[in-house]
Amino acid sequence: MLAFLVSAIRLGMVFLFGSTGEILTEKSGHLNLGTPGVMCVGASCGCFAEYLYLKSVGPFASPVLAILVAVVATFAGAALMGLLFSFLTVTLRANQNVTGLALTTLGIGISDYMIAKAGTSFGRASKYFTASFPFADDLGWFGELFLSHGVMIYLAIIVALVCSFVLSKTRVGLNLRAVGENPATADAAGINVSRYRYIATCIGSGISGLGGLTFIMDYLNGNWEYCIDAFGWLSIALVIFTVWKPNLAILGSIIFGALYIASSYITGVSFAGKELFKMLPYIVTVIVLIITSMRNKKKNQPPESLGLPYFREER
Amino acid sequence: MAAAAIELKNITKTFGSIVANRDVNLSVNRGEILSILGENGSGKTTLMNMISGIYFPDSGQIFIDGKEVVIRSPKDAFDHKIGMIHQHFKLVDVFSATENIILGLKGKDKYNIKESAKKVEEISHKYGFDIDPNKMIHEMSVSEKQTVEIIKVLYRGADILILDEPTAVLTPQETEKLFKVLRRMRDDGKSIIIITHKLHEVLSLSDRVSVLRKGEYVGTVETASTSEAELTEMMVGKKISLNIHRSEPKDCEDRLTVENINCVSREGVKLLNSVSFTAKSGEILGIAGIAGSGQRELLEAIAGLQHIDSGKILYNNPKTGTQDNLRDKTPLQIRELGVRLSFVPEDRLGMGLVGNMGITDNMMLRSYRKGRSVFLERKEPHDLAEKIISDLEVVTPGTETPVRRLSGGNVQKVLVGREIAAAPTVLMAAYPVRGLDINSSYLIYNLLNEQKERGVAVIFVGEDLDVLLELCDRILVIGSGSVTGIVDARTTTKEEIGLLMTKGKGEEK
Amino acid sequence: MENTKNKKSFSFHIVKREQTVWYKGLAIRAAAVLLALVVSGIVITLLTDKDPLAVYKSMWSGAFGMDIRIWSLFQDVAILLCISLAVTPAFKMKFWNIGAEGQVLIGGLATVSVMMFLGGKIPLPLLLIIMVVASILAGIIWAVIPAIFKAYWNTNETLFTLMMNYVAIQLVSYFLKVFVKTGSGVLFPMPEFGFPVLFNQPYLLNIIIVVALTVAVYIYLKYTKQGYEISVVGESQNTANYIGINVKKVVIRTLIVSGALCGIAGLLLVGGTNHTINTETAGGRGFTAIMVSWLAKFNPFFMVVTSFIIVFLQKGAQQVSTDFRLPQAISDIVTGIILFFIIGCEFFLNYKIVKSQNGKEND
Repeated sequence: MLAFLVSAIRLGMVFLFGSTGEILTEKSGHLNLGTPGVMCVGASCGCFAEYLYLKSVGPFASPVLAILVAVVATFAGAALMGLLFSFLTVTLRANQNVTGLALTTLGIGISDYMIAKAGTSFGRASKYFTASFPFADDLGWFGELFLSHGVMIYLAIIVALVCSFVLSKTRVGLNLRAVGENPATADAAGINVSRYRYIATCIGSGISGLGGLTFIMDYLNGNWEYCIDAFGWLSIALVIFTVWKPNLAILGSIIFGALYIASSYITGVSFAGKELFKMLPYIVTVIVLIITSMRNKKKNQPPESLGLPYFREER
Repeated sequence: MAAAAIELKNITKTFGSIVANRDVNLSVNRGEILSILGENGSGKTTLMNMISGIYFPDSGQIFIDGKEVVIRSPKDAFDHKIGMIHQHFKLVDVFSATENIILGLKGKDKYNIKESAKKVEEISHKYGFDIDPNKMIHEMSVSEKQTVEIIKVLYRGADILILDEPTAVLTPQETEKLFKVLRRMRDDGKSIIIITHKLHEVLSLSDRVSVLRKGEYVGTVETASTSEAELTEMMVGKKISLNIHRSEPKDCEDRLTVENINCVSREGVKLLNSVSFTAKSGEILGIAGIAGSGQRELLEAIAGLQHIDSGKILYNNPKTGTQDNLRDKTPLQIRELGVRLSFVPEDRLGMGLVGNMGITDNMMLRSYRKGRSVFLERKEPHDLAEKIISDLEVVTPGTETPVRRLSGGNVQKVLVGREIAAAPTVLMAAYPVRGLDINSSYLIYNLLNEQKERGVAVIFVGEDLDVLLELCDRILVIGSGSVTGIVDARTTTKEEIGLLMTKGKGEEK
Repeated sequence: MENTKNKKSFSFHIVKREQTVWYKGLAIRAAAVLLALVVSGIVITLLTDKDPLAVYKSMWSGAFGMDIRIWSLFQDVAILLCISLAVTPAFKMKFWNIGAEGQVLIGGLATVSVMMFLGGKIPLPLLLIIMVVASILAGIIWAVIPAIFKAYWNTNETLFTLMMNYVAIQLVSYFLKVFVKTGSGVLFPMPEFGFPVLFNQPYLLNIIIVVALTVAVYIYLKYTKQGYEISVVGESQNTANYIGINVKKVVIRTLIVSGALCGIAGLLLVGGTNHTINTETAGGRGFTAIMVSWLAKFNPFFMVVTSFIIVFLQKGAQQVSTDFRLPQAISDIVTGIILFFIIGCEFFLNYKIVKSQNGKEND
């Protein structure tokens, strides 16, 4: 049971990064269906940078630097993808859905290419990421559950809390939400809609990208086994599941993680039945989507102008 | 005497060839309420938009406290402490009142909703508003939303407030409340400009009244020394002869009888209030009224597009002699009953036509269902398109050119042409000449007259009183959703209609 | 455009084009494709240090080098085109169905189930008919569920259909684990229960079917009453109400058509191509198809061109990766690049940039 929870948390944080980034993006009115591609690119940039760094320093790598290099590279690579998305949808006024899907195609391609170059094994780097508090083992189940994790797990929770705080308790957050809800009103209030959309999408993509890195370095212990785009789609689903709230996403992501791995831990489920279990996150999301639309409560709806372009009409 | 808070001198603004404002002069003092009175299209809103920085005047000067200023953007207006409350609220639905009020402010002070909410409460207390700063906009009534807009402007420190038809969406009680607040603000030294066309409101609220007519400045009078009659005359002007041909109605019989229909908006505002009238075959029934008094809802209710809460819409079928109730029927069901109802809606490209389709495809909107084939029949609509192009002299590169590329007049010709081609027994047209040049307008009048002579019951919603007086046989006047009178167009005067138009439910004591 | 500053300066304005003449539109698009080719060439050259001409040559040979490659090229074009046709009616109605991937897969799953359970037990023609019916029904079910919720409760269809993809994928995994006796999860192909082979060309029947569908969808959208209703609903719901179209009914009916076509695509993939199924059978084409349809402005004949360009580039890039020992992923990168160029060029088709003085120009 304990091992199950620990695993759920580790996998959950992948979703947490992904969906926190996507929430930020969606709050600005951008539905970025490129998130799977963004996460792939983020992960591969991080891994590639790590590969270069470890190669250059030989055996004398600094743990802090090793983590920093990967995190910065991941964030930068993923944010660049966000920039590309914003450029097309804001400046060139392209359709968001189409652009997002193209971004996913491109992202998967780029990441596969980079991984083919850098190899798929990052076991050495992964050690830095999964290093936990040395005293965790002494604290029994408590230590196991809360202190045994690698750095990315805590970072994910911090990022989600910070985003939650920024969105609900700061002027910038208020302005950002206004941009996603009603850009014309935001514009009239003197908020630069394009700038907010650009910045939110880039930062949001950067955060999503960290999810990819977490998956490879933490959950898979540095073995790039399979493509991570499915986790991108799940992150988008999680955004709906948690009705666009990063703080709820912390809990939601662990539930998603648990649902995703539940099949491996529950005894009595057949080999095939596990595949049905993996459907749960999606089905739960669909149900949440249906219930929120039926109840039609304003509070839990997607940002009102999500997916819609905004161009001020010329006079 | 101190300089006026804001003064306009010889302001002129044109849009293309249309003059929206010509040499307008205005001034408002500190601690004064000025009403701006005028019919639709008299240029009131354009003028106010120039003060609030949305438009920039072609010529003329604006002075604030005696100093000339240039206002190029809403931000400039803010800097001069000018705040405008538009008819359409700019609020984020899922934000609280306070969040909306502080949105976009670049305060140096720390972001603190509680502090801001306190300030909002202070303001509302000072002027007697009644608002919960933490309430969400989507849970608010229209009047509360308006309050938020007003506080938003005050929060930013505005001294000069402009309200664009603030009472159009309010109930009489809410209006009274608003006026109380406005008077308090005046006593506090604010300058208030209120755009309206309701005479009794002007008289009860303002200190002075400035009147605009067709973009021109008519004059300013002291409220204390004027009367409804004088204001109406200033507003509508002398009658101008337009020489629209009008024949005597013949063989009139009741075609469409509307009995006591009521309609309430989602916000609980009465859109239609016990409206009853009869439209007769072979005559043109005009509908006059301030824009937004319920004309649109009335026509859409008849067309089956607007749900009504009570009442009957009875159609006397000339072929079968039967009477059908059209209430709660869809447009398709109405057609299937054999009712030949044509409707030229106000929103031509958003409702009557599909902007991205050519004329032929737009012709099909009415007729495409004909026949049992699964395939479209394009020959007839194409012929009809060509016929309309040649008969009504539509200027277009071809029948396949998307109609949104045509000029306003040509778009309207296409729409009216199609509706007439359906050989209706009832033809409803909402503002069919709005935005059209003189020639196109006359062409439309002639088409409507032709239909009348053919025995069609024509319902014409118009805004130009001169046109209504010369074109229609009877004129129904609607005010705030109620019928305030039905008059004979041949014997009535502009003043009579003007007075009826400005009467709402609110003043019937 | 920023116009709040009080400077009398020149600025660039974006103005909507009134009308783009067809040859101009064509020229802009051709330029975009050409530019994309150049950029992909440069990217590949940078990655390989090979002569760019050799890269293009290799690309060309990857698509047209041999008879079998040409057939496979046309086969891939046909499948992508078929899915693009499927998503088009819904898009034209502004219904964002991004669940084609799942609808295709579920159609394929239905086909493969019929092949497995009825294959050999009933005569082949009957089997084929049941395969067709089953795949179409499966596709319809997958598409119509989100449509019903959209029509009655306005449930966000983009997210709903997206989730349905993964449910379909998991169903396929489940199926493979349950019914593949070896437990390997790999279903052995069953060509004996597949489509008949015409003129010794295994893909010919698929191609013929898709050509017929292309014409049919074109006619459906352009010449039938239902197609006309789709256009009206997509352009303006207000107008649709005004003339008495039942919007709910049209939404559901259109998604039935869309889902059926996706089901057929699944049938072609399983019954006419692979004779087996795995979770990668749709292979992302459900998403690529959305772009194909969008970029072709919903015109089935333009879709032939867009899907051809995309498949040609993918095939070419695959060849490049083999010839120059590059990772396979290069083909995804090239596809991504070309998609971005075509998406970006839309801007220049719809807008032009003009120099103006402080926002006071008339348009």
